[in-house]
Amino acid sequence: MRGLRSPPTLVFRFQTPVSTTVARTTSNYLGETEMGSKGVWSGSSDAHLLGEIERLKLEKEELESRIRLLQAQLKPQGAAGEEQSASCSLSPLSCPPINGTALTGLSLEMIHRYGRHLLLPDFGVEAQLKLSRSSILVVGAGGLGSPVAMYLAACGVGCLGIVDSDIVELNNLHRQIIHTEAYIGQSKVKSAASTCHAINSSIKLVEHREALQVVNALDIVSKYDIVVDATDNLPSRYMISDCCVLLNKPLVSGAALGLEGQLTVYHHNGGPCYRCLFPNPPPAAACQRCSDSGVLGVVPGVIGCLQALEAIKVASDVGEPLSGRMLLFDALSSRIRTVKIRGRSPLCPICGENATFTREVFQSFDYENFTQSPMSDKSSNSLDLLPESSRISSKEYNKIVNNGEPHILVDVRPAHHFKIAAMPNSINIPLSILETNLSTIDSALKQADQDSGRCADLYVVCRRGNDSQRAVDFLSKNGFPMAKDIVGGLQSWARDVDHSFPTY
Amino acid sequence: MHLTLEFGGGLELLCGSVKTHSVDVKSEPGEHELKMRDLLSWTKSNLIKERPEMFMKGNTVRPGVLVLINDCDWELCGGLDTELEEKDVVVFISTLHGG
Repeated sequence: MRGLRSPPTLVFRFQTPVSTTVARTTSNYLGETEMGSKGVWSGSSDAHLLGEIERLKLEKEELESRIRLLQAQLKPQGAAGEEQSASCSLSPLSCPPINGTALTGLSLEMIHRYGRHLLLPDFGVEAQLKLSRSSILVVGAGGLGSPVAMYLAACGVGCLGIVDSDIVELNNLHRQIIHTEAYIGQSKVKSAASTCHAINSSIKLVEHREALQVVNALDIVSKYDIVVDATDNLPSRYMISDCCVLLNKPLVSGAALGLEGQLTVYHHNGGPCYRCLFPNPPPAAACQRCSDSGVLGVVPGVIGCLQALEAIKVASDVGEPLSGRMLLFDALSSRIRTVKIRGRSPLCPICGENATFTREVFQSFDYENFTQSPMSDKSSNSLDLLPESSRISSKEYNKIVNNGEPHILVDVRPAHHFKIAAMPNSINIPLSILETNLSTIDSALKQADQDSGRCADLYVVCRRGNDSQRAVDFLSKNGFPMAKDIVGGLQSWARDVDHSFPTY
Repeated sequence: MHLTLEFGGGLELLCGSVKTHSVDVKSEPGEHELKMRDLLSWTKSNLIKERPEMFMKGNTVRPGVLVLINDCDWELCGGLDTELEEKDVVVFISTLHGG
């Protein structure tokens, strides 16, 4: 995961609208001064500026004395002057009993803001109060985390923590609706907190600009009542579940890929933990990633909304949370099915009766090794299948093209990838059907031999340079010993040779 | 025995990207009942078209696959020994990790 070297925890500070205005005013002011320094600098404008400074100083003093007065009024209720800390312990700050509303415990503003919740007979004041006193940690500010964080901020949880180390990228924005173009290149957590603050400035927001890992998970998770797993990889899912069992926190877990989503609540009301359901990790080859397999933006949106709903239900103790059940969403057929799943396993190594899993074991557990997959959606283990002699760099391939050396180029990506972008004169034979299409390669080579009067070479390319190695490995054993793969695939071609070649 | 078999979470890719299969499964000669273990081997030889190791490991489904019989986790019905009945709906779903 890309790590941002920043303080581990940052309390969100008021940012956007206020600071923008201030910045603009300041720059105008500097502009005027600059103009002045270019020659119109006279005694009279000097005096004018000094007068203006005096006037603003007086205004500032008056404002400060008014602030002190108001703070003094608040102090008896222990609300003001208290420094926000990274911890999510909630003081009565979140629900100050103000004139005439002591009966409900909700402030005037809260009654107005959450009025539509309060009108619900099944929700009402009690549930809203519980919500406002709860703290929820959202792990991952991506496709799932976006709607989760936005709804949890909007609905008035007392404290909302967001943890992620990623930065916002352009190809996130089709699904990660909490981020805007202006935040590309910046921390996802910073961006998410800014959006949440813009929605509801009355809740406490805690930014954890770091990846959740065994070294910090116990510390971070312990500060919250409920955890929402909105991550994008398998090792994180095992780690978060184990951590929640150790700290006895309910876990609202959602996942989405392609056109499907899944949702359940772990370790709650006698329900199973992730390990009860999946004691052994699947083979790494079965772990598809959004960055490889694709995902329709709205699908994690749907699951994220449902995660927010389950988190609200658990926090406010309303309804029947999705514990011991799993919701399966199929976007293509517009079907949602809720199935009954096994309960807590007495034999579970983590939450079972004789479990010996301790915090110490947790902190030294290697989840990436356990699952044989990386704690990130992005990094894929690059394959090293072939000898050097069967490989060629994209730059070397470029020379071959420029020198007009006779060859054919086989692109082994799936057909729908090939439609996005392809190298000139490449032939698309997806890896999955390579075995049955060797004759196509054979006749293309013969044609190239004929055209050039020389012996044509055979090169293979794919998106990142893994499937092309598998293809060359197969080809070299099946009658094409001269086959070579282009190291790093089209990504390397776009990076090192043709910057105008599209990457996806 | 008429059954509906469904594949999800990517497992449909192993059977020609078809998610729902309406099938007629005969039990072994001399046996009257059809158990889940029989259905698994029938499915592997009749529906799974590629990478069978992505569907089964040993005599059961591979880790990370949930089996649901009439919308209920097969662990609650008897797992491999569950006896199937006419018109049962069996769902094989691979757990997702993306987000």
